[in-house]
Amino acid sequence: MKYLVTIGLETHVQLNTLSKMFCACSTRYGEQPNTHVCPVCLGYPGAMPVMNKEAVRLTVMTGLMIGSEISEYSKFDRKSYFYPDMPKNYQISQYDKPLCIGGGVDIDIDGKKRAINVTRIHLEEDVAKNTHMKNHSGVDFNRAGVPLMEVVSEPDMASPEEAFAYLHALKQILLYVGVSGCNLEEGNVRCDVNCSVRPEGQKELGTKTEIKNMNTFKGVLNALKYEIPRQIEVLKSGGVIHQETRRWDVDSAVTLGMRTKEDAQDYRYFPEPDLMPVVLSRENVEEWRGLLPELPRERRERIIREYSLPEYDAGVLVVDKAVVDYFETAAAMCGNYKAISNWIMTEMLRLLSEREMEISDIAMKPEALADLVRLVDNRTLNSTKAKEVFEILFEKGGMPEDIVSEFGLAQVSDSGEIGQMVEKAIAENPKSAADYRNGKKAAAKFLVGQVMRLSKGKADPQVVGKLVEKCLGGE
Amino acid sequence: MMGSLLLGSAGREMADFGDITVYGALELLEKRECSSVELVTGVADLIKKGDEDLGAYISIDEEYALEQARMCDKLRASGEKKKLLGVPIAVKDVLNVRGQPCTCGSRMLQNYISPYDATVITRLREEGAVFLGRTNMDEFAMGSTTENSAYKITRNPHDRDCVAGGSSGGSAAAVASGEAIAALGSDTGGSIRQPAGFCGCVGLKPSYGRVSRYGLTAFASSLDQIGPITKNVRDTALLLEVISGRDSMDSTSVDVPVPCFSDLAGDDLKGVKLGLPREYFIDGMDPEVESIVRSAVKQCSELGAEIVDVSLPSTEYAIAAYYIIATAEASTNLARFDGVRYGLRADDVSDPIDMYGKTRAAGFGAEVKRRIILGTYVLSSGYHDAYYLAAQKVRTLIRGDFENAFKVCDALLTPVTPTPAFKIGEKIGDPLQMYLSDIMTATVNLAGVCGMSLPCGMTENNLPVGLQIIGPAFKEENILKVGYVYEKHQGAEGIEQKRKYR
Repeated sequence: MKYLVTIGLETHVQLNTLSKMFCACSTRYGEQPNTHVCPVCLGYPGAMPVMNKEAVRLTVMTGLMIGSEISEYSKFDRKSYFYPDMPKNYQISQYDKPLCIGGGVDIDIDGKKRAINVTRIHLEEDVAKNTHMKNHSGVDFNRAGVPLMEVVSEPDMASPEEAFAYLHALKQILLYVGVSGCNLEEGNVRCDVNCSVRPEGQKELGTKTEIKNMNTFKGVLNALKYEIPRQIEVLKSGGVIHQETRRWDVDSAVTLGMRTKEDAQDYRYFPEPDLMPVVLSRENVEEWRGLLPELPRERRERIIREYSLPEYDAGVLVVDKAVVDYFETAAAMCGNYKAISNWIMTEMLRLLSEREMEISDIAMKPEALADLVRLVDNRTLNSTKAKEVFEILFEKGGMPEDIVSEFGLAQVSDSGEIGQMVEKAIAENPKSAADYRNGKKAAAKFLVGQVMRLSKGKADPQVVGKLVEKCLGGE
Repeated sequence: MMGSLLLGSAGREMADFGDITVYGALELLEKRECSSVELVTGVADLIKKGDEDLGAYISIDEEYALEQARMCDKLRASGEKKKLLGVPIAVKDVLNVRGQPCTCGSRMLQNYISPYDATVITRLREEGAVFLGRTNMDEFAMGSTTENSAYKITRNPHDRDCVAGGSSGGSAAAVASGEAIAALGSDTGGSIRQPAGFCGCVGLKPSYGRVSRYGLTAFASSLDQIGPITKNVRDTALLLEVISGRDSMDSTSVDVPVPCFSDLAGDDLKGVKLGLPREYFIDGMDPEVESIVRSAVKQCSELGAEIVDVSLPSTEYAIAAYYIIATAEASTNLARFDGVRYGLRADDVSDPIDMYGKTRAAGFGAEVKRRIILGTYVLSSGYHDAYYLAAQKVRTLIRGDFENAFKVCDALLTPVTPTPAFKIGEKIGDPLQMYLSDIMTATVNLAGVCGMSLPCGMTENNLPVGLQIIGPAFKEENILKVGYVYEKHQGAEGIEQKRKYR
């Protein structure tokens, strides 16, 4: 029998604000434990929350990007449960009046576009981080109170691959609006995965399990690839799935039961009396809508159309908004769009990943790339030397012309000068010359290489090729 | 100004600091008839002499106060003008003062030292107030007698066998006995006005949002307000003026102008309409209390006020609604006391759940546990709508009742409590009876309006009876004016009565 799979995701995203959700403490990651704390985020008696307006704006921007309805009236609620990482033993969250309602994220799966609907987006505060040592545990409250946006999807995904694609598409959108660093290593994006299976033909959904606190997209993919067959196996052998919370054990690559619905928590939600409701004016929302960037999908289509780039190129460029911005700036200064795209997709992305840098960190300006393409096109530089120039620009900045003259990298196209080197190469390699004349045309390539070596790479390879053939054939 | 001058001029001798008002103290300081250091020392001496029996204070820190007093004396010598420069104010032990304890009357916070100042403390500091001691209270402000303090019982200065009221019983008893010139309390359902009434002081609960709650250990966040307890209306007005106003640290504080409350004037109540809510003069009320309050109403009428009959028809549901909302909020506000970050942590625990259970079992007293359990219950899935939502609807009705009443009058006159102070131990075994006695004060918190309690007479047994003046939200000036004129005409007799116990 065939089984249908239903997956829904609750994605928690740390927002890119300077200060925490309800106090002025810094959100900076990786500092000494408990150095960004105050009475508010430590839950001291008498301390009170004050809402971070930027966090509200970023959440609304996300909602606008995915087509949510923005609530003119929303409010915060207390969600009660005891855990040592919770300073107040209640989390300030949003229960029945979230900031954003509805919306959707488009994914591409097997070349087809599919819309994954989003139920809601709400805003809450992150909890602290527990660390367990041999004989005791520690709590670092630096993370407690960092703004956390929760994007709740509909149970719209039918395979682990769709869930994986959804997370990537969502991440791309978040990066586009700049609402989050989406740095998975720093725990910026964490995910609860709901999943159920049912025999084909059955209308109602099967009983779901929830895999909690996944912090990599690959982990979500792998956990689902384990959990789905597990559920199917249980059903096939006549068993029943119990509604329960499970966790993904990375080392053994299995999901393990944590607690069942019977001991599910009663969060006892009620409106947070320390905060006023969030009331957003229509004008305010419209003003923010005006600041929205293009959606990644729309941008990709436009890039294909406007710059006549292959779909593949456009796809690679739009992954990072800063990269595609860079491309468009350079393209505006140089007509050879494909060449610019090639430089970015190959050299630029390679160097960025090698050096673990962002495109915004590098010294090389888009105008430098545009000039570099022009120098290659007018044959001032050959491709080998152009790569050298590129690396120098990448490290130090500046303009290509200056580097070319400083390092004497300009291409030699003068046939007199090259002719002398060709003659020298032939004289030094009589066997290769003889091979060529005996019909081994490939020997010319070796001689061209020798000439390039003699020119220290500066000779125009096309001119060299012609002259080598001419010299050998002409004799 | 009758009260303050009369008492102030007697303040040359240290022993008489017990009668001194804030204005009286300021006058002595201004005339250089005493220094802030002398004032602090004098009050501290009175505490040392009397508090073992009275039990108004949980802690005093004389050195800390003297340090501030010396600074104030220096500032005054250099010509600095501040509204409270050099005057010691007692602080209910529920408010955070940086570097000082804040036990909230609980074992849970026995060794807790606060890392920050509440906004009211900051504002008082800026006006030169000095903090000498922390007053006793029912644990986490839950109670009406101060019997729920983990540390001691505060006795009523007028009759040591009677309760001082609560939860700000320490503040009221300290002010009434002269162990404090003035004090701060907090009021969630009557916790300023009821002990002020029982002890014969003036106490005011401001409109919700008038005074920042930042730094007030929360009992019920949507009901709590901080307010003054003093010896007369002018002192209350002055303290209120200093602590009022929008605070960026408390999102529920309201940005409305703060009038000069202390600019009190007038000799009569002509043109003032005062409402008598018929639901507040009920069967089962102590007849002596009723007759004393009614004679106070008569006096207001003689002073020119027009007395009108009004109705607050939802009153009968108020106590149920109050105890649902207050305990629901409290159950979450008190969840933070878990042994993880500060305060008590039980020894010998095996895991976090064990730590929570043992810590909270050892740290909280019976009444606090009762309210946490009640509040947890009313918010539980399946009961939430029947209790919490229903209570919120009642709250809306009660707010509407007051809005309607204030369409026809400027303020309401009511008793503060159905009875005068009762005996220690008399009601502690019957929590429901105790809850019901909050009926005339808790409605004011539910509606978010302002209310003041001031003495209006003594019973045969020499216990004070309080008159409550209730005003519309952000109309504290209404009730202060009525109280000021009434107090003025009550004359020296009233003051003498207050002093009888000494």
